[in-house]
Amino acid sequence: MTTSAVAPPARPGEPLVRLEHVVKDFPVKSGSLFAKSRERVHAVADVSLDVRRGDTLALVGESGCGKSTLARCLMRLHDLTGGRVLFDGHDISTSTQGELRPFRRRMQMVFQDPYGSLNPRRRVGSIIGDPFEIHGLRHGADRVKRVQELMELVGLNPEHYNRFPGDFSGGQRQRVGIARAIALRPDFIVCDEPVSALDVSIRAQILNLLDGLQDELGLTYLFISHDLSVVRHVSDRVAVMYLGKVVELAPVRDLFGHARHPYTRALLSAMPAPDPDRADTREEILLAGDPPSPLDPPAGCGFHPRCPRAQARCATEVPALAPCPGDAAEHLAACHFPVADGEAPAAAGSARQEAL
Amino acid sequence: MMPPTRQNNGSPLLDVRDLRVAFRTPDGVLEAVRGISFSVDRGRVLGIVGESGSGKSVATQTMVGLTQGARVSGEAFFEGENLLAMPPEQLRAIRGRGIAMIFQNPLSSLHPFYRVGWQIVEMIQAHDAMTKRLARTRAIELLGLVGIPRPDRRVDDYPHQFSGGMLQRAMIAMALALNPRLLVADEPTTALDVTVQAQILRLLRRVQQEFGMAVILITHDLGVIAEVADEVVVMYAGRAMEAAPRRELFRAPSHPYTRGLLESIPRADGEGARLTPIRGQPPSAIAPPPGCPFHPRCAHAFERCRANVPPLIPVPGVARHLSACWLGEEGRP
Repeated sequence: MTTSAVAPPARPGEPLVRLEHVVKDFPVKSGSLFAKSRERVHAVADVSLDVRRGDTLALVGESGCGKSTLARCLMRLHDLTGGRVLFDGHDISTSTQGELRPFRRRMQMVFQDPYGSLNPRRRVGSIIGDPFEIHGLRHGADRVKRVQELMELVGLNPEHYNRFPGDFSGGQRQRVGIARAIALRPDFIVCDEPVSALDVSIRAQILNLLDGLQDELGLTYLFISHDLSVVRHVSDRVAVMYLGKVVELAPVRDLFGHARHPYTRALLSAMPAPDPDRADTREEILLAGDPPSPLDPPAGCGFHPRCPRAQARCATEVPALAPCPGDAAEHLAACHFPVADGEAPAAAGSARQEAL
Repeated sequence: MMPPTRQNNGSPLLDVRDLRVAFRTPDGVLEAVRGISFSVDRGRVLGIVGESGSGKSVATQTMVGLTQGARVSGEAFFEGENLLAMPPEQLRAIRGRGIAMIFQNPLSSLHPFYRVGWQIVEMIQAHDAMTKRLARTRAIELLGLVGIPRPDRRVDDYPHQFSGGMLQRAMIAMALALNPRLLVADEPTTALDVTVQAQILRLLRRVQQEFGMAVILITHDLGVIAEVADEVVVMYAGRAMEAAPRRELFRAPSHPYTRGLLESIPRADGEGARLTPIRGQPPSAIAPPPGCPFHPRCAHAFERCRANVPPLIPVPGVARHLSACWLGEEGRP
């Protein structure tokens, strides 16, 4: 591999990617032809996060919570409305496409849909070789050889170089997507729901592949998923998003063992487990209704209208993302009334909210 | 076949025997369902779990006449009458009143131009001689029953004004309108967020008990099965590989495919460890392997598995637990 101008110094645990107060709004088309709309969707509302070198940070939350938008801001596929993105210490939040070029080689993406993300009319060998083409690297036989090495690395048969995506199953296509992502030996990969579209028996193959490549190539992952059992398996740290904000950020063990935010607790309780004993005995926190619209987010804590613990303060005062009393500095939650270990999330006396 | 628990008039509500469904495609004949048998008792929940292409949806859609142009054989007795030999008129009467269905994507089942309430009213009037006013009252009542807030107002909303969870609730309301004896729910929560999924599963369980309905729940998610099913059938490549009561299936899975599925799911205690995937890819439905369809991916396969299809037979010593595997037969591990 050619060394890039911004080669990473090897400092595991240091932030490779840093997000500072990232804000992303989208204008909304108004109903009227003439009135220019001032309405905006607040997709990401002030998010600060570090992704540490060699780590996997999982971003979890339900549809519309802003997790994919945040990842796209980080990749500079969206311009930011506010805040900064630092990649390996360099502020790339306002870089031009030309200035971004050396960084593009170091940050790649794997997408959810292995059907939609591969051009059906192109041979997989040439799809995997795209990054070389774009960056003008490795030509002719050298490129073919490298692509075949990559195919081998992700568990594809290199002899299938000339086949089309349609000849492959979903799991194999996802391997093609992964081979393309690692072609330039990036430091950082955003995995956006990489196994959600795959069958259960194939999922584990792809998760193991991503895991193995991380060790082998020293990759740093931002892993976006709505599936908490997958998140628990792959991540070192987890950020839970709700309505454009990070509501809890913790090492994976703390998050699954000692969740502080009532929303995190509700998410965990809703997670179906392939275990009848757990299904029959676990606490069930049913949230009322659906997440509110990011067009007009509620005042105060965004979760308060659905929160079983909400009190007057929650409707007016935005809680800061900070460690709860007694927790490690690593474990942050944005809640005025965090849940203690062993405590039921619904506060005593408050009506348990049920949608049923 | 699952030996039914005898209740009511002694026979199961639905008894499917050796159902086969094939489609002609440009690439050849696709045998989507290759001889499956199962039964559902009144008021019970049967979970059918399988991956894409396993035939789990085709099997149930065929019973209610929703697979046009398919070559179908076998029998499906609903309250003693064979659905597969019924004239279309009679089958239409059973759809809705006897058997109702809900699907993964409620938006594809609702017309976007008509108000939700109007569509429920139409459905009720198509089957019941009821005045519009009465049918509307019934629609509001049903929407309230499935947890739609302010049903008297929301009844006049259009489908796009409902969230995904509310649409699925509306579909359940519509399915309940005619008091069916059997509800077929085909991946009802797959498109929903996890907290909404929990609400819908809870709702399904509640209405199932309240109405004393039987439910066939079709899903790819073993977690969902563990939540709601009484009995489970595991399908692979158009066949039933294993059938068992829920607890038995998770406690002592017998078929290597079921065991492989359970092992490939990340576990609460297995944090960070490598998963044990099932090797290989699912087979082609047009040219499936001979013998047991799972044998190319099975670590225990031997000659007999490559040559002969194993029948679904009782697991020795366990009531109502069936497995289609030669290993048990040969006394191997």
